[in-house]
Amino acid sequence: MTTGAPAPARRRRRAGTGSGLPAWVFAPAVLGGIFIVLPLAAMLARVQWSQFWTLITSESSVDALWLSLKTSTASTILCLLLGTPMALVLARAQFPGLRLARSLVLLPLVLPPVVGGIALIYTYGRLGLIGSYLEAFGIRIAFTTTAVVIAQTFVALPFLVLSLEGSLRTAGRRYEAVAATLGANPTTVLRRVTIPLVLPGLFSGAVLAFARSLGEFGATLTFAGSLQGVTRTLPLEIYLQRETDADAAVALSLVLVVVAVLIVLATRGRGSEGAL
Amino acid sequence: MRGAIAVLAAAGLTVLAACASSSSSGTTGATTSAAASASASPSVTASGSASASSSAAGSGAPASGGTLTVFAAASLKATFTEMGQTFQEQNPGTTVTFNFAGSSDLVTQITSGAPADVFASADQNNMTKAVDGGVIDGTPVNFASNTLTIVTQPGNPKGIAGFADLAKPDLQVVVCAPQVPCGAATQKVEQNTGVTLTPVSEESSVTDVLGKLANGADAGLVYVTDAKNAGDKVTEVPFPEASAVVNVYPIAPVKGGPQPELASKFIELVTGPDGQQILSGAGFQPAP
Repeated sequence: MTTGAPAPARRRRRAGTGSGLPAWVFAPAVLGGIFIVLPLAAMLARVQWSQFWTLITSESSVDALWLSLKTSTASTILCLLLGTPMALVLARAQFPGLRLARSLVLLPLVLPPVVGGIALIYTYGRLGLIGSYLEAFGIRIAFTTTAVVIAQTFVALPFLVLSLEGSLRTAGRRYEAVAATLGANPTTVLRRVTIPLVLPGLFSGAVLAFARSLGEFGATLTFAGSLQGVTRTLPLEIYLQRETDADAAVALSLVLVVVAVLIVLATRGRGSEGAL
Repeated sequence: MRGAIAVLAAAGLTVLAACASSSSSGTTGATTSAAASASASPSVTASGSASASSSAAGSGAPASGGTLTVFAAASLKATFTEMGQTFQEQNPGTTVTFNFAGSSDLVTQITSGAPADVFASADQNNMTKAVDGGVIDGTPVNFASNTLTIVTQPGNPKGIAGFADLAKPDLQVVVCAPQVPCGAATQKVEQNTGVTLTPVSEESSVTDVLGKLANGADAGLVYVTDAKNAGDKVTEVPFPEASAVVNVYPIAPVKGGPQPELASKFIELVTGPDGQQILSGAGFQPAP
């Protein structure tokens, strides 16, 4: 037994991964990787390349992609405007109920999107909590592109908050404290020290929020409706095309996968170390 | 490598199936194998919806009589569940399991090898797809029909009196998309009447149309049975032009199903007086 002890260490070194991990960890890791990649490969194998271009450039497809990109951009901007202050408060402020506040903010992350959609109906719908007042002013949110942006922002906001809060905590408060002792007021500290320090986290948070918005389906379908060019985003178009034209659904799915891959590469490419 | 991957996928799905509730184990098994054998199908994700299917397994039924697996359109959920109970009473020892989903999802599952005995579709189109796919045994039989109707907010506050009223500019009308059977029927009514609707949303299922009424839409077009099912949450406004566009429900045994005798017995029940009575009670009309 005593002679056997150094053997695993040597074997580990011989594996040459330099990770310091036991070799057996790689088996389930590879299995998990296959679990994720296999369905995508299976889908890729079904794409009808001869009609691919025709399918993804049909009027309804282009409308859906364009609408998805527009609404996702809008909801990402909303997420940045609302989520950045939220993350700052959660990471830096101290007040009773902070833990509860954080749990509530992250709620959309664990809620099924359909539930989110139902909740949004009872808030902004024509008969909803706020919607009924808006209706009195002639403002209707349901069935408009605004409803899509609201649904996307609702589900994407926690991604930005979570990502940015993590960055803020990792960055620590030392530089902020120094800047403050040198006489900078809180706004200057925030603008000149804190935000530049967590810029990578802010960037990857925004990209994540954009990606989540792009993939939003359940809340949009439940709350916003489905009308070409107005509320029918790419995931909704895929869902509908599947009813009649499986080839078109696969082709559009591939477009969505490509966009998603580009987004993931964008986050990995721009130093997002530590964030998520 | 291919084989290894298939085994891996099957193993993963088995784990998933084991997580499902035991009451619908028959259905879950069917869904799982559909997903496993259809790894190349884009619609595999849709089989997730099948997990919402219900089981009509009777309490304490002995297992000796066998299990009949029925794939039926979602709109048949209430009526077929009731028929399943009747069937189990008439055939002691048998168990009927259901997979309720959109007809096109069901066709995908069956053509991908899901072990179904009976397929009941909500429209001719999807049954034709199944027949063309070579998974149907014999000729499908029509057993019920359904027509469209207008549903409004309770009490019909906008005073909608007929189909032409739906074209009024200040109304928020929700319909099914032309890609799904209820939307195709809507389109036909529009063509027949010359009334063009400008809906605020085109949904992919009747359930979503009803959902949008809860969202404050003024009116929607759904099937008579759905309106009846929604109870007092909506007010129904029948319109005469609907009778010209009839949606017919066909049923057929699935080729190579494990229980061919039980399958034909079940179809007899559906097309026979007991089944027809249950269907008409839910608002279905007899097949033309």
